[in-house]
Amino acid sequence: MADKILEYLIFELDGLGESTYEVDDPIGDDFSVDVPEELMRDDLPFPDVPEVEVVRHYTRLSQLNFSVDTGFYPLGSCTMKYNPKIHEHVASDARFAMLHPYQPDEDVQGALAVMYHLSELLQEITGMDAISLHPAAGAHGELTGTFIARAYFRHKGETQRHIAIIPDSAHGTNPASAAMAGFDVIEVKSNEKGQVDMDALREIVGKYGDEIAIIMLTNPNTLGVFEENILEIAELIHGVGGLLYYDGANLNGILGMARPGDMGFDIVHLNLHKTFSAPHGGGGPGSGPIGVKEHLKDFLPVPTVIYDEESGMFKLNYDIPHSIGRMRMFHANFLVLLKSYMYIISLGGEGLRQVGRLAVLNANYLAAKVKKYFPIPYGELYKHEFVATGKVLKDQGVKTLDIAKRLIDFGVHPPTIYFPLIVSEALMIEPTETETKYNLDMYAAALETIFREAHENPEMLHSAPNNAPIGRLDDVKAVKQLKVVYTEEE
Amino acid sequence: MNFPENLFYSEEHEWVEKIGPKKVRVGITDHAQSELGDIVFVELPEIGKELTAGDTLAVVESVKSAADVYSPVSGKVIEVNEELNDRPELINEDPYGDGWIAVLELEDPSELDNLMTADEYKRMIGEE
Amino acid sequence: MRYTPHRPNEIDEMLRTIGVSSIDDLFKDIPEQLKEKAEGAFQALSAPMTEKELSFYMDNLADENYDLFEVVSFMGAGVYPHYVPSVVDTISSRGEFYTAYTPYQAEASQGSLHVSFEWQTYIARLTGMDVANASMYDAGSATAEAVYMAIRIHRGKRNKVIIASTLHPEIKEVLKTYLEPKGTIIEEIRYDKETGRIDVEHLKDLVDEDTLAVIVQSPNFFGIIEDEKDAVEITHEKGALYIATILEPLAYGLIKPAGYYGADIVVGDAIGLGNYPAYGGPGVGFLATRSKYIRQMPGRLVGETTDVEGTRGYVLTLQTREQHIRRAKATSNITSNHFLMALRATVYMALLGRTGFKKLAYVNYKIAHYAKEKLEAIEGVEVPFSGPFFNEFTVKLPVSAQHVFDHMAAEGIYPGVPLHRFFGPAYENYMLIATTELHSKEDIDGLASHLLEVIKNG
Repeated sequence: MADKILEYLIFELDGLGESTYEVDDPIGDDFSVDVPEELMRDDLPFPDVPEVEVVRHYTRLSQLNFSVDTGFYPLGSCTMKYNPKIHEHVASDARFAMLHPYQPDEDVQGALAVMYHLSELLQEITGMDAISLHPAAGAHGELTGTFIARAYFRHKGETQRHIAIIPDSAHGTNPASAAMAGFDVIEVKSNEKGQVDMDALREIVGKYGDEIAIIMLTNPNTLGVFEENILEIAELIHGVGGLLYYDGANLNGILGMARPGDMGFDIVHLNLHKTFSAPHGGGGPGSGPIGVKEHLKDFLPVPTVIYDEESGMFKLNYDIPHSIGRMRMFHANFLVLLKSYMYIISLGGEGLRQVGRLAVLNANYLAAKVKKYFPIPYGELYKHEFVATGKVLKDQGVKTLDIAKRLIDFGVHPPTIYFPLIVSEALMIEPTETETKYNLDMYAAALETIFREAHENPEMLHSAPNNAPIGRLDDVKAVKQLKVVYTEEE
Repeated sequence: MNFPENLFYSEEHEWVEKIGPKKVRVGITDHAQSELGDIVFVELPEIGKELTAGDTLAVVESVKSAADVYSPVSGKVIEVNEELNDRPELINEDPYGDGWIAVLELEDPSELDNLMTADEYKRMIGEE
Repeated sequence: MRYTPHRPNEIDEMLRTIGVSSIDDLFKDIPEQLKEKAEGAFQALSAPMTEKELSFYMDNLADENYDLFEVVSFMGAGVYPHYVPSVVDTISSRGEFYTAYTPYQAEASQGSLHVSFEWQTYIARLTGMDVANASMYDAGSATAEAVYMAIRIHRGKRNKVIIASTLHPEIKEVLKTYLEPKGTIIEEIRYDKETGRIDVEHLKDLVDEDTLAVIVQSPNFFGIIEDEKDAVEITHEKGALYIATILEPLAYGLIKPAGYYGADIVVGDAIGLGNYPAYGGPGVGFLATRSKYIRQMPGRLVGETTDVEGTRGYVLTLQTREQHIRRAKATSNITSNHFLMALRATVYMALLGRTGFKKLAYVNYKIAHYAKEKLEAIEGVEVPFSGPFFNEFTVKLPVSAQHVFDHMAAEGIYPGVPLHRFFGPAYENYMLIATTELHSKEDIDGLASHLLEVIKNG
């Protein structure tokens, strides 16, 4: 047991008072029914805690969290932009929240209209021919996409295609999703500009030819760099009959300025909780719609939403000839879709272009200030994010982890660290468009201060954070003395 | 850093100790354990598993990384260091001794000739 | 523009610092033809709306829906609407929770991590298991991930999954999609037409040395509580893993959980615990298992530790299982989870406590049994399955269930879910009826009287 605690666990509050929650019995005493003895549970080990203490406990816990609503959160590849409050307000309206998935289509026309219109908008935004809103998250959309690629090639009788080409800078989900769809992953290295090395790619394509199923790319990539050779890559992969998969995690960096469909991608997934401002929810729920080109339409998961001219109604559509089937129960993460729909229609086409343009302005501005201290090994122009290196403090014995932990003391959130793997001591910074110049200046100033501290007082950085709710946590102990549930006998 | 002269070394940072005419003990080098940091888990192979040189023999994990340990030679796993299940930190503390990973029965003892000497290994990792 | 706070003079200053003359210069690495196409497409999109305009627009759309407060609904079939206490909304609408992300920096995320640790404990206790993860997307994908887990535990040596025919049809469909690339064979256990439970003798015939897992849902799709004791025993005799699925975890406030019978993995959805039906999503999947299988689990896991001063704190742990480290060899590609819904379920369980949770479970049971008695009394209405049930049961009507549904929907009542939707014409007269504490005695009496009328009028 630890010497000190920040906050009790709810289980430790048992006995603080009576549970004050009231449950009424709408049937009354005139009717009674027994539960068969052999089925009855003896004990339910939940604590009884009074309502007031429950509220205080979780309110206090909320105060131990850093969030977009409390401060600047430039976590790379996560697009932590501001989440408009009206979205939450509308999503909690019973007319959206209290809908059952098996209600007749005619009784949920508002919900279906949202889904139909959102599909159409995402189609335009991505330049694809059809959209499925079904997947629950970006990674889930990726899995759906790789399953579609697999189904497509099997349908065409090209079962020899087993290779997924993935850059060494890719998100870890790409190889994980490809492996789950039964593909063998071949890594293609990045060149000195941080882009796909075309010679290496040509060599792979030459060697494997029609064994290639897909190439999975993020563009702009995880270094925040636009793959300038994208049209040539598309030609090369399509030339051997392969498909191009677009990981939409970084779409914010080109929103309104370029569309994956125009680049030649066949399958796209989006992360609505990133680009389209559905909140991240402390780790989810997300939503990962996918878009495909015409030739892959018949493989989408069910259901999709269609508009029936004859009846003038929106309908759930289960009639997709070679559908891969279902990836989840029910239709979609509807309330997440609802928030992104509101985001898109309230900004309109021009507003969305501004999002992309200002996100890129913010990233390049912050990059210009940060690179005076922490060099950026790849790229000259950045899109939504840039990746600096903390390697310059090696002689001071300061690691990127120390820099990140010290940033917490300045009241800002650290960047994504140690990713992508091709930059050592990586600091991946994505400011997003919703931040003021003032916030960017403060962040750059904090990094400058840390740079100086590393030379003057490196010891202090090793012990950071010093000004957070809790000091640096021992994650080695967490694995070696693994404890993932509370037990009373301590 | 310590690199005993009596061992053979691989490019993937494993060491091999010959303990019988066709028997070798395998582990990871001092250099490898120091790069990985605190080792918190070791996934050991099943006894009886047949391996070709280059196959994954074990997985060594720190908190934030998982490194495959490739078998430097071909052969059959005849013994594993069960002690690592409870005390993975033995690899950090004593990489060439109590931190050994497995004993293999060699298919072809001449494969050891493909491996490096301590001096060659030191040169490879820039220790000299 | 809304949400982009840049002053024009600041933009100029920023461009000067970068060393370019316009924002367009920042996009000169993108081929012209791509930019032109994008510009055209975005110009064709609609004009912006103010917040007020958006609010009215959404209000009109919302009016196109009939929500479950406007009708009396007896629909369940995987989503069981319950009363959501205000405390749950109050806590989950705190921006500190819902605008944070996955707690990569533990020292700045103790709130989320602490809640996840509580959720893991609640789920482990509710299901009678040792450990649970920090949540999954939904019960469908969680069941599929449980099978992937079983494949890893058997080190790929077994290739057959046996599923109950009484498993939710949509979970069956998800399994089919997820298991196709693995080439896993799926076989179904028949159900006993008398009891509505799986036929354990048939399970005995099916399970063999190649069986990696047996999946049983209880209460099952017909609402019937399965005989898990025998099913677990038969499964374990052949060394297969028993995966239990539950879509109404409130039932575990009353009946013995699958963990009690020796299940190896328990998955399900906590959408009914403090979450809204939300047209089916987002709910919140969960996955609980035995300690010995913890390294084979998918998804995030939160563990307890201390800081440098010895203060108790929480961190993401066993991360080497995950995609961002293990890449192609990860246990799953799963990255985000449904933390916000798990938070809601945690607050809900905390608020109800053992006393409230148990009582609510019993009340649900009681209402359903009252409803069953009421409906069964109607001439021509049968309750075809004799097995025990929790808050949902199946009826067989003398007329088509869809016919009944359409008539009653017109009167503002959804009498249940007609089963032909899932099983075709053989089930034309079957309806699945769920009751919860949201129903009053009058609602149920009204269901019975309307049903009587529809049947009488043919």
